[in-house]
Amino acid sequence: MLSALGVVTIAFSIFAFGLFGLVAINIRNALEQVSERVEVRAFITDSTEIESVAAAMKDIGEFPEVARVDYVSKEKALERARSEMGEFADVFEAAVLPASIEVHLRPGMRGPATVKSVADRIRTYQFIDDVRYGEEWVAKLYRLRNIATVAGIALGVAFAAVAIIIIGATIRMTVLARAKEISIMRLVGATDMFIRLPFLIDGLIKGILGGLLALLFVWVANRVINEYVIQTIFFDRQMIFLGIVAGAMMGVIGSLVSVGRHLRRV
Amino acid sequence: MIRLTDVSKEYVRSGVALADVTFELKKGEFVFLTGPSGSGKSTILRLLYMDDKPTRGDVWVNGVTSRTARGREISRLRRRLGIVFQDFRLLEDRTAEANVRFALEVTGAPKATIRAKVSRALTQVGLASKATSYPRELSGGEQQRVAIARALINDPFVLIADEPTGNLDERATRGVFQLLRDINASGTAVIMATHDLDLVRRSNYRTIELNHGRLVFDSADTPVSAASGALSFDSVDTPHDSQESV
Repeated sequence: MLSALGVVTIAFSIFAFGLFGLVAINIRNALEQVSERVEVRAFITDSTEIESVAAAMKDIGEFPEVARVDYVSKEKALERARSEMGEFADVFEAAVLPASIEVHLRPGMRGPATVKSVADRIRTYQFIDDVRYGEEWVAKLYRLRNIATVAGIALGVAFAAVAIIIIGATIRMTVLARAKEISIMRLVGATDMFIRLPFLIDGLIKGILGGLLALLFVWVANRVINEYVIQTIFFDRQMIFLGIVAGAMMGVIGSLVSVGRHLRRV
Repeated sequence: MIRLTDVSKEYVRSGVALADVTFELKKGEFVFLTGPSGSGKSTILRLLYMDDKPTRGDVWVNGVTSRTARGREISRLRRRLGIVFQDFRLLEDRTAEANVRFALEVTGAPKATIRAKVSRALTQVGLASKATSYPRELSGGEQQRVAIARALINDPFVLIADEPTGNLDERATRGVFQLLRDINASGTAVIMATHDLDLVRRSNYRTIELNHGRLVFDSADTPVSAASGALSFDSVDTPHDSQESV
């Protein structure tokens, strides 16, 4: 009974940790999606021959930072503009919009400095009229990502610490309930490791069970949010595994701390 | 076998518990440790089983010195000591037999030998017939016998007893004390803290007296004539010859 209560307590503390994790991966996912739209667009001078453009595209495609290069013809540019403008579609004449090449960058290569260096290299082609990549916007996005990462780590550590403290307190109740037994064990010459081991196993099992239960809670919460609030993603298999390992670790650390403290005091 | 050399113990909160205590305990000896409450008797015993370390000086027990002793070495030493307390320290939810067996189980003793050892120890303390009784079904004297059986289970070279008769009535006290004498007669040294001076007076074992953490009297090195003056703990009227052979 006491240990069922312990497992539920641990589950709730890991649940808080898990919910936070869910928010964190969703923010990251959203930023990832936005940053996929980071692209460099190079406008081509009207008279340029298509062969030169094709050769340049091949060159650019071989830049290590570049994932994909697309050619946007005048007609396609017009079509796009029209579809985006809806009822004002007619304002555009074919001649207004230049052809361009769109350069998509690889994940991890979308930082402000990288984007700028790619843009600068593209600008060196003679037939390139202008290169645009939304400098400010890229910088802002990156700042946001950095803030999210730092806040994520800090909050994650805080939540993990709270979980460890709660697990430690839960195990401490078991330790105190068996304090007399422990003191006798020490008197008759049981080693500290022998005394500790059952508590470590207890912590490990409670951590794993608590982790699984917390996972269930988070899954339900995620379903509810998906149903009624916004579309979110759930942990992938690797993260689920890591989460349970983290639960187990928190269980072990929590019990190490509380048993260790008790053994030092006796 | 056991030696304390200039041992002092100070606690941050309560101050000096022991000051410059030196004595030696020979193999198979029986020693009373007497003195008023708070005089340092229990502290000395705790130092002997290395539950605490001296602030200064050295405690030497069967080749283990308090200067260097660490976890595993201390555990191993305790398996060669028998320790009993005033409050018995039995596990209430286990039978007498299980309480005794516990001491073997938690030290990883081979299973095959446990049963025989437990029954021998219970027989030795005269409780073979109460093996399946729980502590609450036993009298105080019987509970202390169970605790003694547990202490004897590993064939200790010394039995450390901290006021073992402190919670017992006159009759049970005599029984338990006789048991300790028998144990001593079979070769195990006994160091017994007590303030039951009747008990001390009736037997002629070596007596060490403490007061305010100082050793004020040791019948082993005090000539008979000088002894009575040295006794501030006033009921012991004659010091005894400590070298009782076994």
